[in-house]
Formats: sequence, structure tokens, C-alpha cells
Amino acid sequence: MLNNQAGERKNLFGKWLYKEGSAYGFLSMYALLFIIFIVIPVAVAIYLSFTNFDTIQSPSFIGLKNYINLLTQDDIFMKYVLPNTIEFAVIVGPGGYILSFLLAWMLAQLPKAPRTVFALVLYSPSMTSGVAMAVVWLTLFSGDQTGYLNSFLINWNVIQEPIQWLQSPQYLMTMMIIVTLWSSAGIGFLAMLAGVLEINPELYEAGALDGISNRFQEIVNITIPSMKPQMLFGAVMAIVGTFQAGAIGVTLSGGNPTPQYAGQLIVNHIEDYGFLRYEMGYAAAVSVVLLLMVLLFARLATKLFGSEG
Amino acid sequence: MRKNIFKRFSGLHNSGINPKGFNTSQIPFYLILLPLSVFMLLPMVFIFSNALKPPDELFAYPPSFFVINPTFKNFIDLFSKMSNSGVPVSRYLFNSIVITLITIAASIIVSTTAAYALSKKRFGLKKVLFAINTVALMFVPIAVTIPRFLVIKNLNLIDTFTVHILPGLAMPVGLFLIKQFIDGIPDDVIEAAQIDGASDVRIYWEIVIPLIMPAIATIGILTFQASWNNADVSTLYINTDSLKTFAFYLSTLTSTASGANVVAGQGIAAAAALIMFLPNLIIFLLLQSRVMSTMAHSGIK
Repeated sequence: MLNNQAGERKNLFGKWLYKEGSAYGFLSMYALLFIIFIVIPVAVAIYLSFTNFDTIQSPSFIGLKNYINLLTQDDIFMKYVLPNTIEFAVIVGPGGYILSFLLAWMLAQLPKAPRTVFALVLYSPSMTSGVAMAVVWLTLFSGDQTGYLNSFLINWNVIQEPIQWLQSPQYLMTMMIIVTLWSSAGIGFLAMLAGVLEINPELYEAGALDGISNRFQEIVNITIPSMKPQMLFGAVMAIVGTFQAGAIGVTLSGGNPTPQYAGQLIVNHIEDYGFLRYEMGYAAAVSVVLLLMVLLFARLATKLFGSEG
Repeated sequence: MRKNIFKRFSGLHNSGINPKGFNTSQIPFYLILLPLSVFMLLPMVFIFSNALKPPDELFAYPPSFFVINPTFKNFIDLFSKMSNSGVPVSRYLFNSIVITLITIAASIIVSTTAAYALSKKRFGLKKVLFAINTVALMFVPIAVTIPRFLVIKNLNLIDTFTVHILPGLAMPVGLFLIKQFIDGIPDDVIEAAQIDGASDVRIYWEIVIPLIMPAIATIGILTFQASWNNADVSTLYINTDSLKTFAFYLSTLTSTASGANVVAGQGIAAAAALIMFLPNLIIFLLLQSRVMSTMAHSGIK
């Protein structure tokens, strides 16, 4: 009887293996790496965020204390990091996204040859790395009179004295935003360009018959609704790119923390606490807040462009 | 009268998206795009120009944007130089090339196998797993640098060659793009092969792979960019200098924190920056039409 049941179970397993085994086999490599390098780190971050952990002693559970400290004790976070992150994210995120969409839309109005050249030019900043570009920015925006920007502005009598573009708290954030916007036409831009080009031209003709009379109405009523999936992909890429770009302040100013915390973003705050002060539990709590912020923005984008919404 | 208006508008729209040739209505777009493109290109041009400048032009006052007497001196200096720890620069470059090539090959295999299963196989968790991957598109690796470090430490991967390759292989965007592309292959093609008795491995290798070359080129490029430009892995997980990458070496040239002399090293930094940038450009130029055809499938529904 027992044997029989076991046999049956074996049989069921065999059947399952025959039917679905190869699918899981094909998935296994990706799944394993996904779990090790994405799922576990996120789980560990969530776990550590409830502990006090200095990397030497094992983590001790302290409940919500890290989060409470973050909201009530951490002056730097509240005074600089959070406002900076919001300012940077709001300008670079939606700004870069709208810019990418408008560029994609304009490119779609051109014939193939010039379109390809422009697309390549506009995408090229996204190919370069922060590492290679740091060389360029540090030379162009160098703080003495041999800096290219300073020399140019002095030459045109816009300024009299060279400006410390990357070291002065006054200008650092602006430079960070310009540099990041410059490279914001990335993979999301290419997706949206493909999206605009895929739209059935008959939709525009039908729209004209329905009384759409200018290009703006056309974009709002036809173009965007017809390419919602690409708009959503572009939005997700813009959000991730914005938060992933957080290291730019440290790259430009040359150190963490940035001068008077002027360019300090949430990513730098994590690094500051994790790798410079070894308060891993606290840093993990900041990481979790960051991941939640990304998720929140992405949900907003899904509400706007998702197929259910 | 009404008819005329319709005609005018339909004419306008037909010349709108993806026109065949030049049309006066395109002039405003050129007027916006041309200056913008020049502005976008300036830093790129500057990389080339600066890398070819002789020392007197690098430090000239007032500085000139374009090189006047181009020379390869910076490149010769770069390769005759040793890092502070005595590792020749060519070693970093060699590491970067090997790491990037292996990562691209591995990433293509890992993503395409998983994408084939998610697109064409029937199994219980299919929808759930794809949904998880779509959420993971929003994953920001930089946020979990610390827990990732702990995971890598516990796997004893610190200071190994493998740590350059493994963490980047699970790339949600790559899997997503390939899966969407495979969705475009009609099920009949796969079913016909199954009836002929082809195994899954054969279907994957002989039918699916040849049909998704554009998508493979695309994630090849994405992996290339992520791997070739990566300085973080060397900074965080590698202690032995001879295992570090070219991107890392370049970052030591510009970081004031590491005590580099930014001014004196400007020439070799510019040469190194050009070496970092050029392969990105060449590969994208070669594969751009494939990337565009992949992007047509990129929407999140």
C-alpha cells in the first residue's frame, strides 16, 4: 500500500519532470544567479536594516531603531541628502524622460538616414562610462582659469574671476544635473523612438478626421496612448537610471562627502555609512528606503502607462 | 471647404512619421536637433582632441578646445607607465578585454536559455517568474552594494577573477528584451519542430538562436557597456592589483581621493579615456540597426 503510494508519487514527479523539467532546466542558470546576486542581497538588506551591525560583531536585532533614527536623528539626511535627492530625481528623472520622448518624437519625423545619425549622436553619451567622462568633466569644469568653461566665460566677459564649478556648494548640484541630463537619452530613448515609428499611420488619419488639429493634440491623443508599453519601459529605465546615477556628485567633486553635502545623494549616504563608518545596519536601512522610493516611482509610472490603468 | 481641410491635414500627417524624403515641414526639427547634437557631441570631440594633444597644448593658457599638432605621445606614455604598485597598464587592458569577452558570452547564454523557457515553454510558474523579472527591472544595484559585498564575501569570491563576471550575468533588462523578442517567433515554428521530434536543446540552438540575432546583439552591447566600463568590481571586491581592470586604472587617474596628480596625469588620463570610449562607439555603430529592431519589442504591457 505504502509502496504503491510512493510509486504513484514517483510517477507524478516523473510526469512533472517530463512535462516541465526542461523548462526549469533552461531557467536554472539565470534563476540561480538572479537569486544569489539580486534576491539574496535585497533580503539581506531588509534583514540588516533591523539590526546593529559593525561588520566585526554579528548583527544584533534592534527593531525599527535604524528607521526611527533616520527620520528623527539624522540631520544630514533630513537637511541635505533627502532634499538633494528629491531635487536631483525630480529634475533628472521626469526632465530626462520628457526630453528623451520629445527627441524620439522629433527624430521620427525625419527620413531614415538623418534619423539614424541623430539617434546615434544623442545616444552616444549613454555609451560612455562615468569613469571615462570624469576625465572630461574635470578638465572642462576645472576651477582655475585654465578650465575650459572658466576660460570661455572670462573671454566673453560673463564672469571676471574663475569659478570653482565642482568644488563650490553653490554650483555642484547644477553641474551634476547638467551632466546627468546630458547622458539621459539612453536605452529608454531608443525604445520610445522604436515605439513612435511602430504606430500605424492610419491612426493619425483617423485622428485628423475626428478633429485633431495640431501636433500637440496629436501627441497627447494618439502618439502616447498608442505606445504606452514603450512609454512605460522608458519610464522605468529613466527612474532606475536616475537613482543609479547618484554617484556623480562624488565623481565630480572628488570625494565623499561632497563639499558641504551640496551634492550628497541617498546613494552617497549609503556608502558614507556603510564603507566609511562601517554602520552596516544603518546603511542597509537607507538602502531599503532607496529601493522603496524606486518602487514607488515605478508604481506611479505603471499607473500612468500600464495596460490596466 | 471641409474636404480641403481634411486633405491638408492628411497630407501633413502622411509626411509626418517616418517620411521617405526631405520635406519643408522637417526644417524646424533640424533647427532644434542640429545645435543640440553639436552640444551633445562636444564632450566626445573633446575626448579625441585632448588625447591627441602634446603637453604644451594640454597646459596652454588660454586653453584651446581643438588639438593643433596631434601626436600619439600620450598613448606611448600611457603604455610605458606602471601603476603605483608596479603593474603595467597593458595588464589592466588585457584583464578588461578577457573579462568583457567572457561576460558577454556567458550573459548571452544565461539570458537566452531563460528567455526561451519563459517565452515558449509551458510550466506552472511561468507567469509568476516573468512578473518577478519585470519588477526586477526596477532593481538599482547600487542600492545593495553592501549586502552584495557580504554575499560575495561568504561565497569566497573576494579577490578572484570570477567576481568580475558572475554578478552582472543576471540582467533583468536583458532577459526581458530577449523574451519579448522570442515572443515574436510564431508558436507553429516551434510546434512543427516538436512534431518532427526535435529536442528542446535542438529547438533552442537550431531554431530560436538564429532567429533572435538582433536581440542577442542588443544584450551583447548592454553587457559590453556594463562590463567594459566597470570600475566598481575592482574597487570593492579585488585586492590584488594584477586582477583589476582598465576602467579601475582610469578611475585612479582622476580621483583626487587616491592622491593622483590630476594635472600632471592629464595627458595619459585623456588617452586612457579615449581607449575606454572608442570600443563602445565602434560596437554600437556596427550593431545599431539590430538594436533598433529589438527595441520595437521593448514595451512593458
